Amino acid sequence: MSKIGDLQEVVREFGPHLHDAPYDGWRADREIERMVPTHCPYCGMQCGLYLLVERGRVVGLEPRYDFPVNEGRLCPKGVTAYLQVHHPDRLLHPLIKRDGKFVRASWDEALDLVVARFREIQAKHGKDALAVYSGSSLTTEKTYLMGKFARVALGTRYVDYNGRLCMVSAAAANLKAFGVDRGSANPWSDIPLAEVLLIAGANCAETFPILNKFLWQQRDNGGRWIIVDPRQTPTARQGDVHLQLRPGTDVALANALLHVIVEEGLIDHDFIANHTVGWDEVRSTVARYTPQVAAEITGVPAERIVAAARLYGRARTAMVFHARGIEHHSHGVNNALAYINLVLATGKIGAPGRGYGTITGQGNGQGGREHGQKADQLPGQRSISNPEHRRAICAVWGISEEELPPAGVSVVEMFERMRRGEIRGLLSICNNVMVSLPDTNTVRRTLEELDFYVCIDFFMSESARYADVVLPGTAWSEDEGVTTNGEGRVIKINRANDPPGEARHDWWIVCEIARRLGRGKYFPFQSSRDIFEEIRLASRGGNADYYGMTWEKIEQNDGIFWPCPTPDHPGTPRLFEDHIFYHPDGRARFHAVEYEPPAETPDEEFPLILTTGRVVYQYLSGNQTRRIKFLVDQCPEPYVEIHPETARRLGIQDGERVRVRSRRGEGIFPALITETIRPDTIFIPYHWPEPQAANLLTNPVLDPVSKIPEFKACAARIERLKGGALPLYGARRKGASQSEA
Amino acid sequence: MEETMFIDPRRCIGCRACVSACRECGTHKGHSMIFVDYLDRGHTTATMPTICMHCVEPTCALVCPADAIKVSEDGVVMTAMEPRCLDCRNCVNACPFGVPKYNTAMHLQMKCDLCFDRTAEGLKPMCASVCPTGALTYGRYEEIVPQRRDVRPVNVHIFGHQRVETKVYLMLPIEADEIRVDEDGEPSFRESWLDAQVETADKRNEF
Repeated sequence: MSKIGDLQEVVREFGPHLHDAPYDGWRADREIERMVPTHCPYCGMQCGLYLLVERGRVVGLEPRYDFPVNEGRLCPKGVTAYLQVHHPDRLLHPLIKRDGKFVRASWDEALDLVVARFREIQAKHGKDALAVYSGSSLTTEKTYLMGKFARVALGTRYVDYNGRLCMVSAAAANLKAFGVDRGSANPWSDIPLAEVLLIAGANCAETFPILNKFLWQQRDNGGRWIIVDPRQTPTARQGDVHLQLRPGTDVALANALLHVIVEEGLIDHDFIANHTVGWDEVRSTVARYTPQVAAEITGVPAERIVAAARLYGRARTAMVFHARGIEHHSHGVNNALAYINLVLATGKIGAPGRGYGTITGQGNGQGGREHGQKADQLPGQRSISNPEHRRAICAVWGISEEELPPAGVSVVEMFERMRRGEIRGLLSICNNVMVSLPDTNTVRRTLEELDFYVCIDFFMSESARYADVVLPGTAWSEDEGVTTNGEGRVIKINRANDPPGEARHDWWIVCEIARRLGRGKYFPFQSSRDIFEEIRLASRGGNADYYGMTWEKIEQNDGIFWPCPTPDHPGTPRLFEDHIFYHPDGRARFHAVEYEPPAETPDEEFPLILTTGRVVYQYLSGNQTRRIKFLVDQCPEPYVEIHPETARRLGIQDGERVRVRSRRGEGIFPALITETIRPDTIFIPYHWPEPQAANLLTNPVLDPVSKIPEFKACAARIERLKGGALPLYGARRKGASQSEA
Repeated sequence: MEETMFIDPRRCIGCRACVSACRECGTHKGHSMIFVDYLDRGHTTATMPTICMHCVEPTCALVCPADAIKVSEDGVVMTAMEPRCLDCRNCVNACPFGVPKYNTAMHLQMKCDLCFDRTAEGLKPMCASVCPTGALTYGRYEEIVPQRRDVRPVNVHIFGHQRVETKVYLMLPIEADEIRVDEDGEPSFRESWLDAQVETADKRNEF
């Protein structure tokens, strides 16, 4: 049983506390010993930066002007990232929970307990009674290790990763259409070469700020933007055409765009004939999606759909990008496929300024889904269900094929099995399910009922509070390894400082558990580099082939794009240049997709559509960023965006606290009344825990293929609080009179 | 022409990377001298960064009784000289752009100094280095302006009877030739609480 004893005490001891300066304060008289070239730990841009080191401590940062992706640019999370390194909340020694209270333990004590409990659970309930849940903010070396650890050290089929909440719909659509899953088929340096950009469901100003460098370069070249988003994002504000659709209606919109493109004779007949399969079915499907039909479904005026279709269809060069806005749906894969159909029908792929990409939310979202910590996958983007692929990896790992477990299930399904008692123990690293999974109330009960839960983290996350054992790992500046950014560029993270206190490298912790389980001979790694060398071998011949890379080659070239199959291969910045795709016949696949509404649509009881997303000041579950005062000051708590029409109808004032309720839960949020959202839609950013977790409200229904939860659309209602007429923020408003306050 | 700053509000995505980076400049001691405001959050996501405009005849220096605010050879209006600053806050109140801040603990006015310590070494100021979109850009007029479409760099501001010429340029729609802030009339925007809540963090004129 993994319950929290005294929550206040846990918060007092482990935070989140706000901290906002280098460990020894702001000083002008620094003697910087080293400037360590590395990358930001947060989103998939993986911006280059230098960490400034004085007496072995990270004390600041300097822009890295010579790194080609960001050329010195950073968002506020990147600028303040270093402040987490010596943060007072860092976990400094292993912790064992005794009578509901975390007690300091030695490494031997903690690791022996983990191993004893793991053995006990597996002896009683079988190998599959343990699960591993990992993440993609880790280096690729660690993500590879987690997949191998689950299958070889624990022998369980149950391993998955938090990209399940992020990139899996895009990944599944890419695999179906192109036979390969690389976030962006083109390097971002192609963006300024495109006459038109179509960006769907990506608030890239807040989620991916540095991508805007390329967008504005394109704009300076005379480029146009088509933005598909239910909200007026900062990017949509400057767009040429904003298609402000109802959440979850992307298939109808994309099919109508293609309908117009067909009608106007803007398709590429040669490309379709020579390089694709399945066009006829798509053509007859989109024939039914006239702009008028789509206007009805999406709420976007028909003439605007026509204008957008002409803009994209007539452009000589154009690129399509999409992100979680279209992917976090029970039809997320279909949404992505509908936009890919546009790309294939116009043949705008595989050339400078002609291309396609999905925008990766997590730092190593790409690398983290390539090397085998995904439930159905083995290293090199191989399938665990493919006998040939199984043989290849068993040979690298030195195990027999019978020893390699079959495919597992997605994280939401893993949690269902925990609830049913099929899975009894959990090892988690690099995630925070109490913020990130849908339906928080159910997640909490699941954690509480586990027989044993061990968590590796460097801060006490809201989820780690439920653990029986917490093992202190490292922040990103304390280890080295590679990550793969959103364009498929493998880059090198460098080490700037030593882990604090008794914290140890994550890979050491995992290898040590394996050793104590008697599986040490499969985990002989003495360094992160040893693991990378094994990845090279394990990925050899796979789609995501890293064999031709070395750490040195990666650094010398400002990153290498995979595939890179041989040591003399320069890497592959742009895929599909020969219009040969990764399916056995070399052809890309069209997929005819029909519009289906989200699993939950508004009704009388819950008349609004709730959609969720990010703010620029926080990263994912906020375990790192909700401790940095500067970031928290800019946005201290989540809020609910409400259109003035809706607010008027409900009698809600700007800044007033309201209760938002869905079938699964409720939370109280200040109202941000703004015309930048649709009247039928409300928005809450998701980075916070209970009692203000957006995921208390969201619907855990999954896409049937990618198993991504439907974070972007559920039914909700807004209730005024008793006596709620008082705008709680009025007192802080500039110029508020005494009586108002 | 010498290097200067160009502010292009169209490009601002409101991320406040500039605000956070300003603190990192060695001489700023953790204080940010930049403001980023929502223009009217109830209506639009538009935001606007404010840095020191580095006036040719700086009002802050004109009203300083101690002659503590100096202009460098490059036209950069510096933070008040510590031994001279009288704590009077004339500059804080007089600046038409609302830029200088008063640091109570240090008994000193502080303002954007265009990161003179960085520019002296050939590095760009922190804010313009990190700005994702180029809403803040540092460079030479003849390099920057030809790169930008449909904008006109303007450095003349009319505040009622006062005409202020600045070293820093604001990128405006192509038809504009000066910026006029009339003395009469109420501002037409309404401030959202979302903007008001960061006031304590980075919008006060006092540290």
